[in-house]
Amino acid sequence: MKCSKCGGLAVINMRQHRLRLCSDHFVEWFASMVQRTIEKYEMFTRADKVLVAVSGGKDSLALWDVLIRTGYQAEGMYIGLGIDEGIGYSAKSLDMCRRFVAKQQPDAVLHVVDLAQEYGESVPDLARSRQRGRGKPCSVCGLVKRHIMNRVARDGGFAAIATGHNLDDEVAVLMQNTLHWQAGYLSRQAPVLEARDGLARKVKPFVRIYEREAAAYTLIRGIDYIYDECPFAKGSTTNFYKELLNQLELRSPGAKQQFYLQFLQAREAGEIQFAGEGIAELHPCVRCGQPTTAGELCAFCRLWES
Amino acid sequence: MVKVMYRDRTWEMKAGSTIRHLIEQADLNPESILALRDGKLINEATLTQKGDVIKLVSVVSGG
Repeated sequence: MKCSKCGGLAVINMRQHRLRLCSDHFVEWFASMVQRTIEKYEMFTRADKVLVAVSGGKDSLALWDVLIRTGYQAEGMYIGLGIDEGIGYSAKSLDMCRRFVAKQQPDAVLHVVDLAQEYGESVPDLARSRQRGRGKPCSVCGLVKRHIMNRVARDGGFAAIATGHNLDDEVAVLMQNTLHWQAGYLSRQAPVLEARDGLARKVKPFVRIYEREAAAYTLIRGIDYIYDECPFAKGSTTNFYKELLNQLELRSPGAKQQFYLQFLQAREAGEIQFAGEGIAELHPCVRCGQPTTAGELCAFCRLWES
Repeated sequence: MVKVMYRDRTWEMKAGSTIRHLIEQADLNPESILALRDGKLINEATLTQKGDVIKLVSVVSGG
């Protein structure tokens, strides 16, 4: 199998793009695809400081790497959630982020916030002892991450928080929300969530990158990443949908990107609209000052009260 | 023979088949898998050779 650009040995066949590329041309193509996405959705410019949420996984480290390599001011942020579950998951994840800096980008800045050190309890502690987390640590985890990311982005004067959500992540969520007709979620699913009332801007530069492509990029670039799944995410619905969608992709190359991109186009053109597209009003939490739709205390502060 | 590794499983197959065939034989979806030989990414049409050690990597993660 030959590279479509140079005729050398291809390492990847991307049937959805009708493209087979060698290592060098794949890395070049990948960077240009990310660049085009950033420009198309006006995510940020090279004059902006961007905070990349890194987990030690392939997507976030690939994102951080490609942003730095293409000249963006990208700093990393790791949140220590204290997940051990017998495999030292959080410790391993942080180690991967530190190894990435040491090996790939020695000048990169990594911000680390450890939940237990800073607030007194880890995600598993919270999940065990709070009503909100009972039986669903992912709910507590998401709340904690959103709060801390927003705080660090706001305090550090970052123009945006960039996450490594790839096309497969977005399509899996789109499919779940469509199957359940979750109009509110469908109306908010977008490559860019604008800043408002104390909420930092959030962007997803990998929305047009297949998960397979992000994995190929990390392997070619020699980026070590945590291969283990978060112990709490095992058997997750998202992964089930991803496998289903890959069955569809196998039969019909390009099906995933068509589903997602045509959804975005149709919504932008006003061809589909959702009830409840109005944006809930935000006000500052009386304790931490972060925006909330709830009463006096935001959900994060209420978590520590309960 | 060819040694194949995937997560915590290891098995052997006859040499001479394509990587795609090898993935399908393991009941895996080629859309969800990448293959490495000697730590290098190889394409799905690559023919395996006697003595190869092939590592299959799942690309699906997240929750």
